[in-house]
Order: sequence, then structure tokens, then C-alpha cells
Amino acid sequence: MMPFDYHRPDSAAAACERGHGAPNSAFIAGGTNLLDLMKLGVMTPETVIDVSRLGLDGIEEQGEGLSIGATVPNADLADDPRVRARWPLLSRALLSGASGQLRNMATTAGNLLQRTRCPYFQDTDTPCNKREPGSGCSALGGEMRNHAIFGTSEHCVALHPSDMAVAMRALDAEVEICDPDGKTRCLDLDQFYREPGDTPHIETRLDPGDLVTAVRLPAPRGDRQVYRKVRDRASYAFALVSVAAVLRMQDGKIESAALAFGGVGTKPWRDLEVDLLLQGERPSDALFDKAGETLTQGAETHEGTAFKVPLVKRVLKAVLTEATQ
Amino acid sequence: MTLEHQIDGPEDEGFARPDGNGPLGADLERRDGAAKVCGAARYAAEHHPDGMLHGVLVRAPGLGPVRLVNADEITAIPGVRRVFHDARMIRNAAQGGAGKAPVQGVKAAAYVGQPVALVVAEDFATACEAANRLRVEADGADLPVHPKAGEPDPDKTKDKTTGDFDTAFSEAAVTLDVTYTTPAMVSAAMEPHAAVAEWDGERLTLHGALQMLRDNKAELADCLGLAEDKVRVLSPFIGGGFGSKLGISADCVAAALAAMELGCPVRVVQSRRQVFEVNTRRTETSQRIRLAADRDGRLTAIGHSARVSNLPDESFSEPVLQGTAFTYAAPNRLLHSELVRIHRPAAGSVRAPGEAVGVTTFEAAMDELANEAGIDPVELRLRNLPEVEPGSGRPFSSHRLAECLTEGRDRFGWDGRSPEPRQRREGEWWIGTGMAAAVRVNMVSDAEARVTLTPDGRALVESDMTDIGTGSYTIFGQIAAEALGLSPDDIDVVLGDTDLPPGSGSGGSVGAASTGTAVWLACEEIRRAIAGRMECAPGNLTMAEGHATCGNDRRVLQDVLSGQPLKGHGKLAPGAAMKKVRQATWGAVFAEVAVSDVTGETRVRRMQGTFAAGRILNQRTARSQAQGGMAWGLGLALTEALVHDRRDGHAVNRDLAEYHVPVNADVPHLDVRLLDEPDDWAGPLGAKGIGELGICGSGSAILNAIHHACGVRIRDLPATPDRVLAGLA
Repeated sequence: MMPFDYHRPDSAAAACERGHGAPNSAFIAGGTNLLDLMKLGVMTPETVIDVSRLGLDGIEEQGEGLSIGATVPNADLADDPRVRARWPLLSRALLSGASGQLRNMATTAGNLLQRTRCPYFQDTDTPCNKREPGSGCSALGGEMRNHAIFGTSEHCVALHPSDMAVAMRALDAEVEICDPDGKTRCLDLDQFYREPGDTPHIETRLDPGDLVTAVRLPAPRGDRQVYRKVRDRASYAFALVSVAAVLRMQDGKIESAALAFGGVGTKPWRDLEVDLLLQGERPSDALFDKAGETLTQGAETHEGTAFKVPLVKRVLKAVLTEATQ
Repeated sequence: MTLEHQIDGPEDEGFARPDGNGPLGADLERRDGAAKVCGAARYAAEHHPDGMLHGVLVRAPGLGPVRLVNADEITAIPGVRRVFHDARMIRNAAQGGAGKAPVQGVKAAAYVGQPVALVVAEDFATACEAANRLRVEADGADLPVHPKAGEPDPDKTKDKTTGDFDTAFSEAAVTLDVTYTTPAMVSAAMEPHAAVAEWDGERLTLHGALQMLRDNKAELADCLGLAEDKVRVLSPFIGGGFGSKLGISADCVAAALAAMELGCPVRVVQSRRQVFEVNTRRTETSQRIRLAADRDGRLTAIGHSARVSNLPDESFSEPVLQGTAFTYAAPNRLLHSELVRIHRPAAGSVRAPGEAVGVTTFEAAMDELANEAGIDPVELRLRNLPEVEPGSGRPFSSHRLAECLTEGRDRFGWDGRSPEPRQRREGEWWIGTGMAAAVRVNMVSDAEARVTLTPDGRALVESDMTDIGTGSYTIFGQIAAEALGLSPDDIDVVLGDTDLPPGSGSGGSVGAASTGTAVWLACEEIRRAIAGRMECAPGNLTMAEGHATCGNDRRVLQDVLSGQPLKGHGKLAPGAAMKKVRQATWGAVFAEVAVSDVTGETRVRRMQGTFAAGRILNQRTARSQAQGGMAWGLGLALTEALVHDRRDGHAVNRDLAEYHVPVNADVPHLDVRLLDEPDDWAGPLGAKGIGELGICGSGSAILNAIHHACGVRIRDLPATPDRVLAGLA
């Protein structure tokens, strides 16, 4: 891996300042993704800023919700009794990802910011617009399977691989960001992530020196929470498709629904039209089928990813059936 | 002195035979296990001689002529000692048993990923960075990378015809004509290939991760232009091989030539990605299977044709039809295999080359035939077992397939199974059961071993044989203990060093039986010497509990030895038995699966394997081998596929996150029953190879269970959720 400068600032503000001053820098906490990519030469930061000891590793109650520190390990978050009781969806999603060892190291913000698993992105011998803007997309016309069908562009079809972020998207989580001027702002996940368009190398709304300090989880909008992940083997595999659902039922009708999807989008995917379609309706197969049709009508598929359309529809239907019973 | 023996038949020269009451066959734990789990066992990359330099291999990014663009700039990086672009570097690992150099050279890439340079630096980080920065350009070349685009190699096309296939097929009451495909696969051993080379000006010492040291020494010497006696290879501990460490690998040759040029020890460890592309993979296969049977399910014709691939100039051609040749009787047979030359990473032996993919597909086709004919799948197989080897008419040395099928059937609880698919459902899950026969040819290899009975009454076993995790150390201790009347604790076993007598190496499931027999012969020689000293016939000598007994003459071993060690040297060679009989190992595998009607995901709930492989030398290590094979079968059926880019053929998913071997959560309880009976044609031990048998058919039991569960027949492996779903929808 390339030589790099290593800094361990003692405050979030100092970390932001350091990041702002070093154009080619990266924050590191658990390192489960960054170190791999640095060894492969895919990411080549000249400055690495260690944010693992800034005291951002607590989970605090905030009104009816939670504030999850940026460096809370995935394992701890999944295991938190409050999360397990009121946001079981998040716990399920976390535990369906990676392996025990990785979850011990990987952090909340690191999970949100993990890079795509597109094999061409990870291979410096093949063109990739995300890795090397303007060089071309090797996945298009190549081997596609774990690639997106929503939010793609002619420049990039790379999938966002996180399970945790899919659950957070359904739970209306917001990302708390500290900037180099010392200001704090919050973005919901839809705003936080960008679709690739013609700049697939820019994945979020983070500016240089912006540091994710926490994820705010509002009170759950539904007590019926389901996370279902389909994968090629029973553990330690990324989602072919995953569905996160947060529902509230009232008098046999769906009072509210929030659905998010993994394994299908260039960012953790949500389609408000689907949520709205379900709202106020009585559960039925026809309704669930319609939800699937609505979700997938804009899907862009290729030979290797066409299976995701029927798969996500079936999983959505099964998840909705389970959540409304 | 050396006691030589070649196996010509069931008779031998009056050798002692295990009596079944000694330590041989016992369920003993691996004697190297504790050292491995506590880190005391030193693997190749853990050798750190003083002044050791670090080398990193650099790959060709494209096909065709290759240039290093900035070698001078890289060499100038502080800490970098040299950039090698050396004609002696090898294109890919040698084939198993080659005993000579594989294709060498770095001026042009025959496949994307071929190692074309070695960057050597004083520390690993510098070497990695320099290797990352070394720019390699490939001109590109219009070469076929897809099997459909490759030309069949006329030298590798094989046909074997018996009777009149076409007529029998056209006239049969029941027929089946199906095509199966299996993907490329890799061994995916945990330990990456690694080498530490030292050159003292005359002799090369190499610590490597290698399975067949006798051949590896010859291959390395040939690569470097050295005499064989100037090369010593050590590989006492290996973190899995599965075929990928049979031949000398790119790291070994590069480390060796760098050590010789630089006069310093050099270590080269393949990165995980290199492990996936510079060693040998299993070829993808396309197999057309045609079966014809009468109303009772008796096969009248068998047709099996296979297409495999390899790089130009590679001798290896996956012997897909090896099991088909002798498993079932049918008077009319048409076996055809061909190999196309394409420019993907080299193909070679991976986990039971031939049967793993050939038996798996054939047993799936047999399940289809059972359905067509309306006959129970176990019964169909029982009706078609041959009396003698089809085609050749040779007898079988032993034939236990019927017993495996019926015992396995009972143990699994097969009776009462509904023949119709889609009969059992639990929630969204379809539940089904399936079965398959397992067969694997049995091979014997040249092997030597030395045993020394020391004056203190202990014994030392020595050979360059390897233990790739299979249990060689443990088994040889048991064999020597059995032969010499000692406890396994009284035996020291030293392996994995070419300065010791050449064993068989670990490959083709020959290790335990072939080198084990050499150990037995070495002990036999010692027994004869002791009988001579006690003036009795060897047949009348009993060795037990540290004593030698002839009639009323009972002596403690120390007295017989009177202060001097006693050496025996055993040498085994394959003999005429290989020609006189068909020798094979047998099994039957049963599986129960659940298939999600929503997602197409398959979960294996339980598996049962009943296997016969001659005398079982250690119940525990044999069972472990069988279970490992069954887990690999699960991978073959459900998860494993090496994906090649359609444009340039490079291996796309070359790491353990994206190449899916089964994980613990995928593997259910694996019940194994071993039918323990010596095969008289397998030498004095009567043992045959068991290492690869477990994978030969077990994947098919799962595929057949998927069909029974949900009615979906998967003919393109593996049965990933999307493929099953396509059938469900």
C-alpha cells in the first residue's frame, strides 16, 4: 500500500480541520473496508485520519429516539437492548451482514460509507468511472450480477452493499455531520447519498473535511419490523436482494408503511410511491403485487441482473405478508 | 537395504497384515493438531531467515506481448532491490506430477493475470507499494477466452465406443438427452501459496506450500537449470491444498531465482487474488448425457460427452468421464471428450478431478431417468450395477456400491419417500430428498519411507510425504505402531523434507495408502531383521507391547537391538494389479433440502454418506475427509463458481468474499458411515484413497433433492437462488 500520513486528532473539530486541509485524505475507524481497498491500490489516500478514539462510540437516548455514535461497532449496535426492543429491524439487518469478526471492527459511519463490491471497481487493471472518473464502466458489457437495477446511469451500475443502511433508510434515520467550520447539520439518507449520474465517484453530500459524527434514529414509526435478505449462501455474502419494512396496522388496515431495499440500488433504495400506495389499504395479495409492480417499473436490468426484478417482488410480497399478519 | 514391493495381485511375499486389534484404524486425533491450533506449526511464510527480502508478483493486465513501462523508476524507490522480469518465471503452476518445468516466460501474457514481474524490496510494505506502482502494459491479442470460441485440440479428443449406441438409443423404451454445465472452480485453500528461498551459493533450500515434494523438487530444479540434488524443498505443514499446490507454483520459482541472483533469502507470498488466478483452476465443463433404458429401467445405452478447456501447452484435461466408464452396465456406450484451448487461467486438478463434476452430473441425469421410468432412484442404480467393468471386462477388486446404496438408504430413512416432487411443504419451504451414488477410481503411486527402530524402543518414520491437513502424520504413526507392536505415542513422524525418502505426495487420494504401505514395508523389513536375530521365520514373529516374540522366546525390543538402531526402508510401486482389475472406491450420499418458494434459496438440512474405501486407517481422519468432501459437494451444487470476464477471460471474483465456498451456516449435520473392509488388491494394508470420494456425487444428491422438493431441475450449476427461482416462477 502507498505510504500515507497518519493522524489521530483529539476532537471531531480537529479531525474536520485536518481533513479539510488535506485534499486527498480519508477518515479511518474500523478500517474493515478502507484498508482492504488501500492494499489493493483502489483507494490511495495520502493522509489517514484516525477518528476511532474521539468518543463517538456511545448510543444516547435523544427524546423518543437514539443518537448512535459514528464509531459504535456494528456488533455493539446490533446488541443494544434498546435497539433490539424498539428497532429490531436494525439489529436484524446488522446481524445479516458480514461476519462476527468484521462486525466487531466495523463502525456505524464506516458501514454507511462502505464502497461498492463491484469487482471492476476493486480491480485497478480495469476501467471504472467510480475509481477513475472518465475511464469507462467495465461492468457494462462485462460480468454483472451484484449490480444495481435502480438509480443507475450509463456511467455506473455499482450497488451500495450495506444491509444496515437499508434498515436505517426504512427507519428514517438522519446522518449528523460536523463540518470544518464547526457547524453541525443533518441529512436524511436520501439526501446523504447521491445517485451516480455522470459523477459516480461522488457518492455522498459530504464535502472535504465533513465528518459523520452520529446517526439519529427517530422513534420507530411502526411496531411491525421485518428485514429479509436473500443471498448466495447462508452467511457472509452480500444481498442479492433485501427488503426492510416498518409498518403500523390500525383496524386491519396499513396505517403507515416504510419500505427500503438492498441489493438493487446505487444507494440504499426507497420508493415513496410504494409506501403511499400501501397506506390506508387493507392487506391483500393484489395490493402487494401492485406494490412490487410500482417498485420495479423503472428498473434498468441487464442479462446478469434481470432476476432481481421478480426476486424483489416476491420478497416484498412475503415481507408485507409477514408484517401485516 | 530396501524392501520393494509392487502390487501385482492379492498375494504378496508373506507380509504381516494388520490384525484389526491394534492401533491401526482407531479413532485418534491428529498428532499435529495441537501445534497447529496454538501456532507452533510453522507454515512456509513463517520462516524468517536473517536478511530476508520480500518479493511481490505483478500480473499482466491484458493479453499478448507485455512491457514493463517504469521498471527503472520502481528500482530507484528506496528499499527496492530489484525488479525481475525473468524468463525463468513460470506462466502458471505446474500440473500435478509433472516433475518438470511448466511453461516459462514473461514476455507475453497467455492469460490476464499471468505473473510477469517480481518486485523485491527490503520490507513487505515497500515491495507491495512498488509492485502497485509498477506499470505493466499488454499489447492485447485477439485470443479466444470463451470455451465456445476455442478450438478443440485434436490430441486431446477421446472416443470410446462399445456396441451400437445410436440404434439402442433410438429403439429404447425410455430415453433421456440432457446437457449439464459446471462452472470453473478453484481450490480456495486458506493458506496462500508462499515460498521462502535460501541459496548458499551451491544449494537451494525452499520452504514452500506444496503437496508433492518429490515432483516439486524436480520441477523447481528444471525451472532454474539446477541439478536435482542442488535443491531441497520443505513443506512440513500446509494449510490446505485441494490440488492447487500439486505443482511448483509461481511464488516458489520467483523466490528461488531472486534469492540466487541477490544472494539473500527471499520470501514471496501470493496475494489472495493471485491465489485465484496464477495456480490451477478446475475447468468449466459442458456435458451431454444420453441414457436409454428398457421398461424395467435397465440401461441399454449410455452416452456421455464432455467439453473442457485449458491453456495452450497444458497437458491436463479434466477426466470427466472417468467414473462413467465403470459405474453402470450398458451394452452400448458412447463416451466422447474434448478439450478446447482458451486463454483463461490454467486448468488443473481440483478436488477429485473428473468424478467431482462427471459423477455429479451423471448422477443427476440418473435421477432424471428414474423419474422418466417411474423407478425409485436407489432401485434404478441397483438394477444397473455391472458384474465386471463395462468395456474392458476386467473384474472389480472389490465392489461395494450396492451395499453403500442399501445401507445408506436405511440409515437415511429413504423408504416411504414419495416419488413425486412438490409433496411436502413447511411454510414457504418445499422439502425434498435426493440421493446419488459416489465413485472414484483408486490410484497407487510410487512411494518410499524409512523407519528406524531406535535403541530406546521407539521408532522414527521419515518420508518427504506431506500432510495437507488430512492426517498423514497421525496415520503413519498408527501404521508403524501396528507393525512394530508399539503405541502410536512411541512413534515420531517426520515429513515434508526432500532430504528424506520420496513419498507419494498428497494428491489423487493416494497419500495415506501408498506412502502408508511404504511405511508398512519398512516395518516389515525391520520385522524380518528381528526374526533373523531371533532365528525364527518372519511369519512366526509377533511384535506387541514393546516385545518381540517367537514361540517361547520373548524379548524386550531394547535387548534385540542391543544399543544399535535398526533401519527399514520400504518402497512401493504400482504393479500389474492396476491392469488386471478395476479398483475403485464406492459410496452413496443422501440429502434432505428445503427450498424457499419465495426466494429460490436452498438450505441443506441433513446429509448421509456411506463410503467404502478399503481398510480405514483412522476412523476420525477418514470421517473428516468424507465430511469435507460432502461439504465441497454442497459448494459444487449450490454456491461455487469462478466467473471469467467474457471479454478478456480474467477471473472476476478472485477472493473469498465473492467466490462462495460453503460457510458453517450452510453445512448441516453430515452423517458418515464407513464400510471398513480391506481390499486384497490394495497391498498388505488393504487401504484405498478416501480423500476425494466424498465430493464425487454428493452435490448431485442435493440437486436431486431440489428437484424432489420443488420440481425444479437445475442443469447449470451451481443452483443459486436466481436459477431455482427461474424454475419456480
